[in-house]
Amino acid sequence: MVEISNNKKLLRIALRNCGLLNPEDIFEYIALGGYESLGKAITQMTQDQVIDEIKKSGLRGRGGGGFPTGLKWELTKKQKSQEKFIICNADEGDPGAFMDRSILEGDPHSVLEAMAIGGYAIGARKGLIYIRAEYPLAIARLSTALQQAGENGLLGENIFGTDFSFDIYLKYGAGAFVCGEETALINSCEGKRGEPNYKPPYPVEEGYWGYPTCVNNVETFANIAPIITKGAQWFASLGTEKCKGTKVFALVGKIKNVGVIEVPMGTTLREIIYDIGGGIPGGRKFKAVQTGGPSGGVIGEANLDTPMDYDSLISIGSMMGSGGMIIMDETDNMVKIAKFYLEFTMDESCGRCTPCRIGTKRLYEILNKITSRKGTMADLDALKQLAYMVKDGSLCGLGQTAPNPVISTMKYFWDEYLAFIKDVDHPRGEGRYTAKNKIGIRS
Amino acid sequence: MTKPQAIDVNPSFKENLPKEKFDELDSFVNNLETTRSALIEILHKAQKIFGYLPRDVQLHIARKLGIPGAEVFGVVSFYSYFTTKPRGKHTISVCTGTACFVKGSDKIIERVKEKLGIGSNEITEDGLFTLKDVRCLGTCGMAPVMMIDDKVFGRVKEEDLDNIINSYRNKEL
Repeated sequence: MVEISNNKKLLRIALRNCGLLNPEDIFEYIALGGYESLGKAITQMTQDQVIDEIKKSGLRGRGGGGFPTGLKWELTKKQKSQEKFIICNADEGDPGAFMDRSILEGDPHSVLEAMAIGGYAIGARKGLIYIRAEYPLAIARLSTALQQAGENGLLGENIFGTDFSFDIYLKYGAGAFVCGEETALINSCEGKRGEPNYKPPYPVEEGYWGYPTCVNNVETFANIAPIITKGAQWFASLGTEKCKGTKVFALVGKIKNVGVIEVPMGTTLREIIYDIGGGIPGGRKFKAVQTGGPSGGVIGEANLDTPMDYDSLISIGSMMGSGGMIIMDETDNMVKIAKFYLEFTMDESCGRCTPCRIGTKRLYEILNKITSRKGTMADLDALKQLAYMVKDGSLCGLGQTAPNPVISTMKYFWDEYLAFIKDVDHPRGEGRYTAKNKIGIRS
Repeated sequence: MTKPQAIDVNPSFKENLPKEKFDELDSFVNNLETTRSALIEILHKAQKIFGYLPRDVQLHIARKLGIPGAEVFGVVSFYSYFTTKPRGKHTISVCTGTACFVKGSDKIIERVKEKLGIGSNEITEDGLFTLKDVRCLGTCGMAPVMMIDDKVFGRVKEEDLDNIINSYRNKEL
């Protein structure tokens, strides 16, 4: 499905096997060194050594939050409980992102192996994979992989002749974006409405049915096995000072080479868009890139040389998110893009807390008023104020990040908002305008 | 609490809800290792069997699991994958994810609505098509994307829509 060229800027760790092996045959995975890390971890290493190795590697959660994975495992291990769970978050609801899908369809065993390693490290006997029902092929491949791993004694009772036993079950989502949030995901796994809970207690303390639960993203898991085999130092030598390793991005939108890429952390956007993506088709000009999906922000031309890592992106008002990257050219209107994202978050808001439930709706209404050219300057003020209110007041990550597209487009494309208000007689609303009135309002 | 309970279940025998289908659902539930945390799984199965989740099916599941009907309805209404209305023979899903939006899927869905004369989540008069706007089918590389049943049409243009829809209409003739 995805072609990857021999570009020197690419480095494949999480995607190491995708496209190279038959995902429906466990022996091909084993032939390429699969399940070696699991063997090494459970026969030669103690639980603490495994956790230590992951901590030293500097691996951070790839789902978007960037929480150190080793630390999460350590916290879960420290909990005293009869039973613990490890959950793989494969609820990739972020529109424009298909990295996890590529891994699950191309290399399902890498996730299963890493879950078993994680289960060993934290002391869990059971793992769950929460996967979207919209990914039937990924579900089929995972089921095949689970069955084959079970038949070959790589999952189940007494793996590798040790007294470590581990089983993995599939749980299906049913189409709710908020279920990517850990507490909502756990509620959904329990068969309930997928609404987030107040934290603390964090899932590492009280998660699935009240037991300590560790939730990691698909891509995070895909990085585990190479770290165990090749060592933490090798992994820590890649990337930037604070963000180690690589990141998978889905490059889509107005770009020549569409697809999934994996680059070392710290690669700049310019390198990704022009050297790997091949630039904008049709000879048009680059305008902006949206990272982090509906939770992220747009990044304009001025910030193209920002290195891609968790902290740099947050400092310019966007976020890493799970890795969707949507490129927009000069014909796209940024106010409409912001409205589009708000429509999405408004739709997907679960309704549990008021700032998000009502705030996103009001934000959308104001944006709708502006794009239908009925807005006033007062609306712009209200929009900005409300955006920060929703950001500060919401319960979970969905609401806290929902206004990001509005805030960042207002920051970088203020004159497009103004154009909707001042240039009421403009012939085309679709971006090809020059704002007539650049009054001195700063965002 | 979620253990099956011995409550008398009287399913309604409407034309579209035959007893065999309820039996099939019951045997699926009976074969589960545990019904704890299995509600979503059961609803998936029920939707596969009946095509949608009408009130009677929801109540049937609630009684079978010994939980309030409101709890079942709460879950059904929360998730966009579950539907309480019957679906047409073919489901047309137009992706309205970001990548598709940037490539003009808003115009595609307007045209489809026009051509079928229905809004989203509605069924055409002849019962042939249901239109759904979905969030990302995960095939953003081929944006804009639409899917009819399980077949994905990539890089859809407004001009192609007639051909695509008619090819399904003609199958029925």
